[in-house]
Amino acid sequence: MLGRVQVPPTAKKGESFEIRVLVQHPMETGFRRDVNGQSIPMHIVNQLSCTSGGRKVFSAELGTGMSANPYVSFYAVAQASGEVVVEWSDDRGGTGRVTATIQVS
Amino acid sequence: MRLAATLAAAALTGALAQDPPRPHPPKGGIEFQSAAVRAMQADEFANPGLLWVERGQASWNQRCTSCHGDAKQSMKGVAARHPRLDAALGRVVNLEQRIDACVVGKQKAASLPYESEELLGLTAFVGAQSRGVAVQVAIDGPARATYERGKVLYNERQGQLNLACNQCHDGNYGRKMLHDTVSQGHPVDWPAYRLEWQAMGSLHRRLRACYFGVRAEMPAYGAPDLVALELYLGARAQGLASSVPGVRR
Amino acid sequence: MKRRDFVIGVPAAAALPAFAQQQFARTQDVAPLIAKLANGVKPETGGIEVELPAVAENGNSVPIKVRVPSPMSEADHVDAIHIIADRNPRPLVATFNLGPGAGRAEITTRIRLAGSQRLTVLAALSGNRYRISQQDVLVTSAACLDDSL
Repeated sequence: MLGRVQVPPTAKKGESFEIRVLVQHPMETGFRRDVNGQSIPMHIVNQLSCTSGGRKVFSAELGTGMSANPYVSFYAVAQASGEVVVEWSDDRGGTGRVTATIQVS
Repeated sequence: MRLAATLAAAALTGALAQDPPRPHPPKGGIEFQSAAVRAMQADEFANPGLLWVERGQASWNQRCTSCHGDAKQSMKGVAARHPRLDAALGRVVNLEQRIDACVVGKQKAASLPYESEELLGLTAFVGAQSRGVAVQVAIDGPARATYERGKVLYNERQGQLNLACNQCHDGNYGRKMLHDTVSQGHPVDWPAYRLEWQAMGSLHRRLRACYFGVRAEMPAYGAPDLVALELYLGARAQGLASSVPGVRR
Repeated sequence: MKRRDFVIGVPAAAALPAFAQQQFARTQDVAPLIAKLANGVKPETGGIEVELPAVAENGNSVPIKVRVPSPMSEADHVDAIHIIADRNPRPLVATFNLGPGAGRAEITTRIRLAGSQRLTVLAALSGNRYRISQQDVLVTSAACLDDSL
């Protein structure tokens, strides 16, 4: 699954930095019908989590009330240079993962 | 109510049925959107249309680079010149059709249907290479007839509401229709992500929605009439900066 | 039987499948959900900054930013932010789990709102403390509605 993550290239140790995530997903509510009147089954990303330098900094449980192509931004304290990893999964077993690197001084 | 009143006034006076002067100064569609939608489009990370641009980049890397190389150079300005006469096909084609002609003709691959993720992605990706480039479509020579057809369509009353494009987009742009501001109808940032669709869509999808809005029969995706209208709109938008991917309410 | 008799004769709710009943749901009482999320503790009102348009122009995508002023230390921090929409068919929109590692209790996202309604933001703080903020949002629809597909 396609997604994007953005972090600032650098951060000072101990300061918090913003992590922005955008995921391509229909986030079908299960309440909609197609043009033929057939119910469109629910299909949503329901879990999203983020680690920074291997340390878990954020997670979210998402419901049908989240917009299609969900966007979330949050913060994490800069500890050490390394990889920021965002992973998500949907209710049909689909998963996605995006990474970014940050330089901590 | 205001919509009904505007429509009734337009129908009664009949004055707007004539060719009003083109909007001046010309403004792209995004200028008529709310501050929130403008901010969403301007966000270089969180504009949701960028997901399709990325998808298109992946398709491009797979199927286009061996001939066209780096899109940054080879595709710069290409979208801003479409629709355009394709000498080999002998007709005016829009960007979607140009891409598909390459897929089918050169790659001998299956045609990419309109509104498929792959065609939307490739169109958005190629479109994004023209960001900042002024729209400049050719309407001379063999393209002239297509332009003239588009002009007729743009100024012709249609559908149960008996409305022509120009009545809203030349005669009443900037005015309110319910909570919306009527634009000048300059499609310089399509394909675009529409909040109502919750997805990316082509200009033809948007134009079909206009036909639907005035209760007229919708031309099929890729129909010659839609391409003609697209060329006429391109000529109207001459000089405006291309800014794919757009975001709309 | 005349069509009108049929329409009048069948109790509205019985004629609708469960799916549609849910679709047309009225405002729901979210107090039990809030009580559950707040572990039975009565949340303190305020202490949450919510940026939300007073008038949202499309219910498919309403931008929202939530910030909870907090030292975000081991001893005193925000554990979670819940967003609850009482007219959505499923009121719990999302739960964001933070912690001292976040450094700052602030999230931004885009949510769906099934019509004008009251939006609740509930923050769970360390030490079994809770804060709540509620506000009304008016959701408008576009003039050029599109069912053209």
